[in-house]
Amino acid sequence: MEFFHEVKIDWLGKKWYFLAFSMIFSVAGIISMSWHWAHIGSPVPLGVDFQGGTQVQVQFPQTPDITRIRQATEAAGIKDVSVVNFGPAQEHGVLISLPEQTSDTGLDVGRERIESALRKHYSSNFTVRSVQVVGPTVGHQLERQAALATLYSMIGMLVYLWFRFQLIYGVAAVVACFHDTLITVGAFSLASSMGFNGLELSLTVIAAILTLVGYSMNDTIVVFDRIRENLRLSRREPLPDLVNRSINQTLSRTVLTSGLTFLTVLSLFIFGGEVLKGFSFALVVGILIGTYSSIAVASPMLVAWQEWRAKKGRATSLPAAKRSRA
Amino acid sequence: MKKNLKNKIALIGAVLVVCVYGIFGVPSGLSGRDLLDAMSKRIHLGLDLKGGAHLILQVHVQDAVNDETNNTVEEIEQDLKNGHVTYSQVFKPDPQKPEVIRIEGVPAAQSSAVSTLLDGGKYSDEYDVSQGADGSFTLTMKPIYERDLESRTDQEAIETITDRVDALGVTEPQIQEYGLGANQILVELPGISDLDRVKTIIQSTARLEIHAVEGGPFSSEQAALASVNNALPPDEEILPASGEMAGAGGGGAYYILQSMAIVAGSDFRSATPGINQNTGQRTVDFTLTDEAGDKFWSYTSANIGKSMAVVMGGTVREVATIQSGIRDSGEITGAFTPDEVMMLSKLLRTGALPASLSYLEASTVGATLGADSIREGVTAAIVGVLLVWAFMLVYYRGSGINADVALFLNLVILLGFMGFSGATLTLPGIAGVILTIGMGVDSNVLIFERIREEIRAGKTASAAVDQGFHHAILTIIDTHVTTIVSAAILFIFGTGPVKGFATTLTFGLTANYFTSVFVSRVIFEAHLNRLKPGEMVSI
Repeated sequence: MEFFHEVKIDWLGKKWYFLAFSMIFSVAGIISMSWHWAHIGSPVPLGVDFQGGTQVQVQFPQTPDITRIRQATEAAGIKDVSVVNFGPAQEHGVLISLPEQTSDTGLDVGRERIESALRKHYSSNFTVRSVQVVGPTVGHQLERQAALATLYSMIGMLVYLWFRFQLIYGVAAVVACFHDTLITVGAFSLASSMGFNGLELSLTVIAAILTLVGYSMNDTIVVFDRIRENLRLSRREPLPDLVNRSINQTLSRTVLTSGLTFLTVLSLFIFGGEVLKGFSFALVVGILIGTYSSIAVASPMLVAWQEWRAKKGRATSLPAAKRSRA
Repeated sequence: MKKNLKNKIALIGAVLVVCVYGIFGVPSGLSGRDLLDAMSKRIHLGLDLKGGAHLILQVHVQDAVNDETNNTVEEIEQDLKNGHVTYSQVFKPDPQKPEVIRIEGVPAAQSSAVSTLLDGGKYSDEYDVSQGADGSFTLTMKPIYERDLESRTDQEAIETITDRVDALGVTEPQIQEYGLGANQILVELPGISDLDRVKTIIQSTARLEIHAVEGGPFSSEQAALASVNNALPPDEEILPASGEMAGAGGGGAYYILQSMAIVAGSDFRSATPGINQNTGQRTVDFTLTDEAGDKFWSYTSANIGKSMAVVMGGTVREVATIQSGIRDSGEITGAFTPDEVMMLSKLLRTGALPASLSYLEASTVGATLGADSIREGVTAAIVGVLLVWAFMLVYYRGSGINADVALFLNLVILLGFMGFSGATLTLPGIAGVILTIGMGVDSNVLIFERIREEIRAGKTASAAVDQGFHHAILTIIDTHVTTIVSAAILFIFGTGPVKGFATTLTFGLTANYFTSVFVSRVIFEAHLNRLKPGEMVSI
């Protein structure tokens, strides 16, 4: 079986459509993130591990009455409590959260009060499935770690590509990755403004995003590898044609691999349970965007760079490989 | 060529056997249940999968510094008295800076004697000494000594918590330093998902102290403050009474105490719960260490008729009048609940915490949630594998079998690595396995697509396979390195569950390089050997 036989698509001819598409999604994401910024103080709802605060996941034997739980907790004098349904309806799960605390003292008090309020109203007719209490110290440490991890991994990729290809390849690939990250985080922001619960930026989601950075980089490298190989074989071909040909030659692989990875990630999204919702959502969105960006962002950037150089009267062809291959 | 191929196949077989051993060890039987048991012994599950508590504690090392300087204050006073030096006071001027001690009111004639005393190794090893103009001396704990004391405190706290946790029979607890020099401790207790229980085990406030009483009881904190004209001396503090003691006064009772304890925490050698023969009240019978016993003796014999208070967890539990000198054993009858008496004696037996602790982060996962997570993760993985297997078979026909075998072997090696390395499998770790399935098959796709291209270009079967691998291999290295770079960074910066993700992803991709480049190639070679001349590979 073969999906793509001798395709001859003029990808670079569509670069303005791509640019428009990327712009629309980036801008929509940015608008949504600014809206969140204005309302909750961060571009995306943050998970309890970054934000700090208390989260208690409770399971009831029958369909829980959210209003009643809220009244019960409020009657116990717990302020700013949020009570939402959690997980599939048949599991009767409820997530009770308290906002960020300003100091580490009495960190666990909120959890104790929630549990005692529930005990008062439901005696022992509920199970606490998980608890997460995070104080401001740890939350801030983690925020810093996540930011550093993202930064270092981008730099690491850039350096590797610089070493293996040329700086411009590295820059194009990193821009594509940045584009993917922006749109994925934007999708988080958009989805949560459309009322999806549980899509918060947590450390696991950061892990997913870093994986995407690696993944999107993979796709880009495969295309770049082919561009470089073709550059060596046919030096006289105009660069846009050569890049088109390279994308088309690797298209089958690109689509197959992302299709297969997408399948596995989709199965994770569907069957993987509530805890990994955010993680698999990031991957589902990111794999689509990452594949798109290696074709529609990274490669056109290489060509644009070369055209810009040509205008300034410098060397008009991209450097081919530093190393030789058979 | 044939011999070479046989060797390669033998190598693959050996790797397979070793990895299967890595996953299962030597199982007690071959039934599904035995295998599952064997597997759970080899592959460590994270807290998010087996349930348990995860805490990050802050060690208030200032407590230990405070204790240390308190002792020094006493020693200085003793030395000055022995040397017949007159002084107005030895005290700690700023409660916020427990590392600073001041001596005031030394007459000019005796200041050189004090200098000599302080510059002797006993004090100058630990403190920087400076002399003021008006017969005052300031001792500041040397930063290097303070840091040393802090790290010793952290270590002691870790040992104490470990003892307490072990006494409760928690399996495979993890108690270790966390963060860099931030005096934080990470505690992971598998199988315990009740935070209240965890807290009573660790009990940050269970520090038994005996303080001298300066005044009280007062009905409120304001009344207590008013009694000293709203100017509480820097070495005194106001503490509330709790339990029965608070009830007796009607609404609460407050005491003014010397903030420096006469005996505290590690001064207690043991404590056992008991009942007072005459009154029937619950008591704690304690014994002190020899050194503390001497200290207690000299204090109690000098202060007969005065009161002292037993303090635990920041509240006064008992106030007693000193009847006679007490040396190293005594009995506390106080406002303790039965649980507290038991807890206290257990805690004192396992040693006291050198400093108080507070919680920076606490999370628990119930066993049922963990089991659900495993079920969901495994379901997702199986569905993912089946989808990929089916697709590869349909799309690449004969070669699809090759990819499917490689993928299966990839997973076996990945799990084998997990078993050998003792790395922890977390829920995001399972996601890493699933992602390996998708990304691992990428290498096969890259190679197969390239082989197809070579066939289209008119090459023979064996040349096409050869060229396909040759061209794809460098791309595969590049793609693997970039992903492993991000995984490595995640491993360095991530916490428990995310580390698990980085681990499986790295193991998975490393194994993938072996299976897709080596194993897959061997299968092709074996297949090519059987092809008739001119026949094509099925791809």
